[in-house]
Amino acid sequence: MRPNDVILKTATQLVTFIIIIFSIYVFLAGHHNPGGGFIGGLMTAAAFVLIGIAFDIKTIKRILPFDFKILTATGLLIAVLTGIGSFVFDSPFLSHTYDYFYLPLLGKTELATALLFDIGVYFVVIGVTLTIIYTIGEDN
Amino acid sequence: MTEISSVVVAVFVLLGSFLSLVTTIGLLRLPDIYSRTHAASKSATLGVLFILLGALVFFYQESGLDARLILGILFVFITSPVAGHLISRAAYYTNVPLWGKSVRDDLKVVSKEKRSKSVQH
Repeated sequence: MRPNDVILKTATQLVTFIIIIFSIYVFLAGHHNPGGGFIGGLMTAAAFVLIGIAFDIKTIKRILPFDFKILTATGLLIAVLTGIGSFVFDSPFLSHTYDYFYLPLLGKTELATALLFDIGVYFVVIGVTLTIIYTIGEDN
Repeated sequence: MTEISSVVVAVFVLLGSFLSLVTTIGLLRLPDIYSRTHAASKSATLGVLFILLGALVFFYQESGLDARLILGILFVFITSPVAGHLISRAAYYTNVPLWGKSVRDDLKVVSKEKRSKSVQH
């Protein structure tokens, strides 16, 4: 008998948004406050694992219909490319820089190339965590 | 930090820690799993909420409204009762016995009706 737990499903629908928003906040705050790509990626993955617990793995596959091994590979590629990108400006591998820009809505914002590296870490952590959960959860 | 806000913070934090203490005593003293989850999910939630509210008022003085604390309050308020519900539900469906002096078990009647219906179909 498949349990039909309405309370858990409804609470999951609410809480998933809070978790994903908070993970993005933690990811972006990583430069000046505690946080960063690793913990942000883990929290995003945790939100999807929560959906997997409340519904099932097929639901996560319908929400995110792509292979997470490719996401891991993309993350690694981004991280390596930010390292190689410093060669273009005639500086050593993985040297990062930052500058201030005036963005619409946000005003004066500090944009660092370390953020691009962090996006790579973020993708790798989500990809690896969800691949592990998939391979364990689908084992019949 | 003004005098009023420090008194408010002190009252919130003390009330929260008192409720957490009540939770622990309830966990130790109550007879079966259902009344224990009742103690753990209700008074612990309120205790944590009071402490977080105290922290919110405290940091409001220094750095303005902290969105993380508000999100934390909302999050605990939603998830903690759901966790209590899931624990007692799991316990009921794995046939954990009720306390000997319990007098009423409505879920038993409902689930028995459901089972007899599913047998008929």
